[in-house]
Amino acid sequence: MAKLYSREALEEILKAYKYWEENILPQWLSRMPERQKEFTTLSGIQLKPFYTPADLSDFDYIEKLGVPGAYPFTRGIHATMYRARLWTMRMFSGYGGPEETNERLKMLIKAGETGLSLAFDNPTLVGIDPDDPLAEGAVGVVGVSVPTVVDMEIVFRDINMGEVTTNMTINPPAPVLLSFYVAVAEKQGVSYDNIGGTTQNDPLKEFIGQKTHVFPPEAAVKVAMDVIEWSVKNLPKWNPISISGYHIREAGATAVQELAFTLADGIEYVRQLIARGLDVDDFAPRLSFFFDSHINFFEEIAKFRAARRMWAKIMKEWFGAKKPRSWWMRFHVQTAGCSLYPQQPWLNIVRTAIEALAAVLGGCQSLHTNSFDEPFRVPSEFAAKIALRTQQIIAYETGVADVIDPLAGSYFVEWLTDEMEERAWRYIERIERMGGMLEAVKKGYPQREVEEAAYRFQREVEEGKRFIVGVNIFREEDVEEIRRVPLLEFNQEEVERRQKERVRKIRSMRDEVRWRNALEELRRAAERGDNIMPYVLKAVKAYATIGEIMGVLKDVYGTYVEPPYY
Amino acid sequence: MSMEPMLSHLTTKRKIKVLVAKIGLDGHDRGAKVIARALRDAGFEVVYTGLRQTIDQVVIAAIQEDVDIIGVNQHEGSHIYIAKKLIEKLREYGAEDIPVVMGGSIPIVDVEVLKSIGVREVFLPGTPIKDIVEKLIRIAEERFSSKKI
Repeated sequence: MAKLYSREALEEILKAYKYWEENILPQWLSRMPERQKEFTTLSGIQLKPFYTPADLSDFDYIEKLGVPGAYPFTRGIHATMYRARLWTMRMFSGYGGPEETNERLKMLIKAGETGLSLAFDNPTLVGIDPDDPLAEGAVGVVGVSVPTVVDMEIVFRDINMGEVTTNMTINPPAPVLLSFYVAVAEKQGVSYDNIGGTTQNDPLKEFIGQKTHVFPPEAAVKVAMDVIEWSVKNLPKWNPISISGYHIREAGATAVQELAFTLADGIEYVRQLIARGLDVDDFAPRLSFFFDSHINFFEEIAKFRAARRMWAKIMKEWFGAKKPRSWWMRFHVQTAGCSLYPQQPWLNIVRTAIEALAAVLGGCQSLHTNSFDEPFRVPSEFAAKIALRTQQIIAYETGVADVIDPLAGSYFVEWLTDEMEERAWRYIERIERMGGMLEAVKKGYPQREVEEAAYRFQREVEEGKRFIVGVNIFREEDVEEIRRVPLLEFNQEEVERRQKERVRKIRSMRDEVRWRNALEELRRAAERGDNIMPYVLKAVKAYATIGEIMGVLKDVYGTYVEPPYY
Repeated sequence: MSMEPMLSHLTTKRKIKVLVAKIGLDGHDRGAKVIARALRDAGFEVVYTGLRQTIDQVVIAAIQEDVDIIGVNQHEGSHIYIAKKLIEKLREYGAEDIPVVMGGSIPIVDVEVLKSIGVREVFLPGTPIKDIVEKLIRIAEERFSSKKI
């Protein structure tokens, strides 16, 4: 027991609060009424004028906070946190073909980024080749086109894969992209023990946000679990999944929903893996997470802290994990793309800095900062560099990384952390009653919740209940400023032509028999319900393309079509 | 924003019917769904295509549903390509009288390009829904009066 406040102290504090409320506040309000009828976070949590120990009356320090590096990890997963090692500065990058992206990655490494993160184009994200009719006009547009192992090799030209870790934002085709990565790393002479990075590989959130789904929910989960099982056994440094709240949030969820749905997704995956016969302590340390950092500063910090505490509890108490590392919630953060606007675009630099600060005060392990040109196009080199430098300023100039979890003990932050947790538990309980997240997603429950929240937010902005500078307050009608934003220019048609040509050339040059056999073996393995990873890796090495491999899997598993409701 | 029906002043008794379309592989549907709901609440009749539609599917849906406006939401940079193909296809199907509007993450320099291709209006992020509603009413009214049927 480590209760912070004695009953006597609390009574005194309450008395002082009451006195303020009855004797001091009314006089002030009569002269100076409050700016708004109510003050709420983006999740709609009502805020009091100020917080006192009376708001934490039962607060048990050891139970709620403890010390950094120990259960329940509210204060951070590492005992040293940023005093020993700063978060990884990992900029989500990729555009055009592998050549363009290779140049961008090398520029970012030179500029001081400490981890890589690949953004793929839409055809790659849904697993089709650049010469598929559906890919027309989309090759290399929002990310890099990587349809074959050869393209991956070009992405990593002159980059030692044994020295960097790479995040790949890839979901249904995660087995394919991981196989490309492994095959190229092997060719570079990197041993499996030294291949480090992350595949997003989080199928459930695809149905709630992001929406690059391919397979129906059950099969999508099965494929993702194959990747995890294989990675845990073969790639000790790989994070085979990044359980992502980011896209759920960007699709319109509140911070509470983001927190709850992400954890509920995680719970579902843990159950699935245990059902496969895996020991929870064998895979739990390899699970990683990914959150959004939005503009409502304290709510975001509270969310990160609550997330760590909740996951530790889930792993220890629900699933009986024994290793402390199994209780860790390691997470990447990206600042909120949806909080950025084209109007007065330079303001996005400021928003991103504030959001990045919240991520750091929340104890993230890695961070991507959005570029100010996010509302227009994939970032220019200039904009990407400012975004990276924003992190470097936070890390090296502000001093916020010098003390671990510096906001702990703030009556407000601790109250809000508890409040976020409690509200998230309520959602999780509801999802549990529905039979877990896979079932809830099949019923469309989280999808519905997120859409309602997105619409509610839009109405609040339109009604002037939420302010966005340059959008619904301090507007400027002059659009010349927007025109002055230097945008990334590249010849997309040329990239598309080059990518089509390359994939055709690879098809014509490969060993036909080896290729055909590899795909046939993959089909049979998928039909048997075996783990597909070894077969995908073999197919990739036989130069099968992403479209061909995904084609075989779609034949076996089917394709998901989202019902067109709104 | 007023969510009350705003169409009372319309010269026609028919509700304005809008097809909200997602074309291609872009999965960003937040904007499309928010607009669909907002237009519905403003008194429009809204048909949503769902994700990953081809241009053919969208044109056929627009003709079959007899919509007054096609609204295309695009967040992945292919807006010019898609606009060209869509307008071409509408012409091919003799449905070029159905006006097309677009919205999403579109650089301002592309707005004129889209308009020169034949897109009637382009709405950038941050545009108040009230403005979108007013513009759509004006576009639909023009179409009604020019049709005279």
